[in-house]
Amino acid sequence: MTLHLAVALDGAGWHPAAWRAEGARPDRLFTPGYWAELVAEAERGLLDFVTFEDALGLQSSHLNEPDGRLDQVRGRLDAVLIASRVAPLTSRIGLVPTAGTTHTEPFHVAIGIASLDHISRGRAGWRPQVYGRPDHVAHFGRRSPFPPQDYSPDRDPVFGKHVLDLFAEATDAVEVVRRLWDSWEDDAEIRDVATGRFIDRDKLHYIDFRGEWFSVKGPSITPRSPQGQPLVTSLAHDTLPYEFAARSSDVVYVTPRDREDATAIVESVRAAEAAVGRTEPPLRIFADLVVFLDAHDAAGRKARLDDLDGAELDSDAHVFTGTPEELAGLLLEWREAGLEGFRLRPGVLPHDLAAITRGLVPALQNAGAFRTAYDTADLRGRLGLARPASRYAA
Amino acid sequence: MTKQIHLAAHFPGVNNTTVWSDPASGSQIDFDSFRHLAQTAERGKFDFFFLAEGLRLREAKGRIHDLDVVGRPESLTVLSALAAVTTHLGLAATVNSTFNEPYEVARRLATLDHLSGGRAAWNVVTSFDAFTGENFRRGGFLAEADRYTRAKEFLQTARELWDSWASDAVAADPESGRFLRPGGVTSFRHQGRHFDISGLFNVPRGPQGHPVIIQAGDSDEGREFAASSADVIFSRHSKLEEGRAFYRDVKRRLAAYGRRPEELKILPAVTYVLGDTEAEAAERAAEIRRAQVSPQTAIYFLEAVWGRDLSGYDPDGPLPDVEPNLDEGVSKGHAAFRRDRGELVAKWRALAEEKNLSIRELAIEVSAPQTFIGTPRSVADEIDHFVQTDAADGFIFVPHLTPGGLDDLVDKVVPLLQEKGVFRTDYTGPTLRDHLGLAPRTPNRTEETS
Repeated sequence: MTLHLAVALDGAGWHPAAWRAEGARPDRLFTPGYWAELVAEAERGLLDFVTFEDALGLQSSHLNEPDGRLDQVRGRLDAVLIASRVAPLTSRIGLVPTAGTTHTEPFHVAIGIASLDHISRGRAGWRPQVYGRPDHVAHFGRRSPFPPQDYSPDRDPVFGKHVLDLFAEATDAVEVVRRLWDSWEDDAEIRDVATGRFIDRDKLHYIDFRGEWFSVKGPSITPRSPQGQPLVTSLAHDTLPYEFAARSSDVVYVTPRDREDATAIVESVRAAEAAVGRTEPPLRIFADLVVFLDAHDAAGRKARLDDLDGAELDSDAHVFTGTPEELAGLLLEWREAGLEGFRLRPGVLPHDLAAITRGLVPALQNAGAFRTAYDTADLRGRLGLARPASRYAA
Repeated sequence: MTKQIHLAAHFPGVNNTTVWSDPASGSQIDFDSFRHLAQTAERGKFDFFFLAEGLRLREAKGRIHDLDVVGRPESLTVLSALAAVTTHLGLAATVNSTFNEPYEVARRLATLDHLSGGRAAWNVVTSFDAFTGENFRRGGFLAEADRYTRAKEFLQTARELWDSWASDAVAADPESGRFLRPGGVTSFRHQGRHFDISGLFNVPRGPQGHPVIIQAGDSDEGREFAASSADVIFSRHSKLEEGRAFYRDVKRRLAAYGRRPEELKILPAVTYVLGDTEAEAAERAAEIRRAQVSPQTAIYFLEAVWGRDLSGYDPDGPLPDVEPNLDEGVSKGHAAFRRDRGELVAKWRALAEEKNLSIRELAIEVSAPQTFIGTPRSVADEIDHFVQTDAADGFIFVPHLTPGGLDDLVDKVVPLLQEKGVFRTDYTGPTLRDHLGLAPRTPNRTEETS
């Protein structure tokens, strides 16, 4: 069975000094051509999909406040709009932008992603993200201040009420978005001249969602999209986000340190599915890896970037340095832990993306572990997910 | 001096003027429809392409209104995709200032400006209805009187966010190791009645500095808002005399804000029908109006004015003999029918009696006729006359058909305007501000802000 491969695009790459690397084009980060070329390269490599990072505030190396640094990439474009900008220029690759669940209206997210699905003819996904940064709350002036974020292993409690609330709100947000996506049945548009009706309004549904954080009436203003339910994917590092994924997502990205850790994490994800009583098809589990790929001395290249940045790269995901062939070997080994795929975060763009599409992909193809042509046109189908009927269809 | 005309294309929307029953009518949601209309507009060297917005489906008698087109995509998402298949055309999104936050709207518009190479425009609208609010966290909290204060403060706040990045803030210089120039990004702080926000904005200043601002308000307050803040007015005054009065009134308000008349373009929304002869055009115009007012739509029109269920009446029969219920409204999320309904009923009855009209005939009679009806030559002359006599600076064309509704305008009328020397034969710059003859908005560089 083919491995699933996605690439996570962010700025100049995932190393903070990536923009200073040879071949980087930091002057083009905010131009459409930059993104179009990256996604075209990913499509040339037959990758399942690309993801686009986002945030509602300036990047910072500090967890809770701006860092004032001038030597790293700062500034980013809206992820949904980048995805949409490249959609007409591509035909097969999935497009999965990030949009937050904390400050953003779920209604806007629902119509944005549904529109992306219409524009791309069934290649849209969404990565819902909880935005916990306390310094970004003031950009909206709507919520009480957030407490500082704490990811230390011995924090107590591990998940305070604030974090539990943010995830509960995120669960509600995805529920609202999914209901809105179903709020038009597929055949609601009838154009019946005899009765003068454009739609059969019995096939449009109020979603009548009432929750602790918001209420949404519906229906959506956007007709049901080609996939019906665009692919929902989320990143998770612990029990609470595993449970969020088990309730809300189709794909979960996890961050194992090694093969053994991968086994343990897959077990935890399956346990979370059982704990929340998931009835949807099982989560597709992807491992995230930051990758630096060269025929020779990728580690040296990465070390030089560390020197430029003044610190060793710090990542939630395993950092791989080596040859594309070595990475192929690692992916095939880790997949035995029960992973369906991988989301690779290129250390430097476009260098490490090209190494994926032109080095890693052929190596996996030679091993019979990766597709040699796109088979399905839509993103759900590529991941073996059927197109669901609307939950409101009689 | 001969004025140069500005032209814009409005994607056919969710009003009864969009004829969905025509065999030539295409999808209202497929991207190809948007692409077709935008590329047609660009072929015609139009200034911009315009998308309207409505964040709640309209209702009549407590149910979703099903007689007109229903459903549309999210504007900015579609415009960003259109940026990939056009090169010069301006891309205008209607974005509500009630059910959005300045930080998000400012970053999405700045993003569109980057991704289109400086072609973004924002039609700033406000709504205050609790009906639409039911789809949002905030709900319908806004008092009608606060519409413009919120819209003004929203726009002001967005401008502060855009201005918090100097135009040269991104150095991206690997030699010096500086991605940002010192002082290039400054923190913002806005404390007002509607917004109290502070922090750092996260999108570099767009190619246009600020996107082009469009405003559609018609009240005294709306006109003042436009005079103070907008680059383009989406006007409803498409009749010659009315248009001139509106034009004079708005343009004279500009001086108070230190602005010159040419800094605000007045573009009425208009419709058109072409024929090889005047008679043929008139005949087509009548056919289109008939298609726009189906028997069911005619009944709906009357129900909206009468404030009661009239479904038992024959659309081909006389007007209802029952009296209107002036306390009840039947339609929600619908902008029309906010005038004095009692007076309207009396007027319609008199008209129906005088001309012996059925319900449907009356509904067609009172629906607005197309603005320009004639041969390509006479329509081109009329468009030019409107502009040269200061009834407008140009027009926003609202076709009745998706997606081919502007094909003949672009093929037959635009060349005549070009021949007259009143419309560009090619774009002279890359940005929408270039097309509209507007200066880039307050270019600020690091030296000036730090």
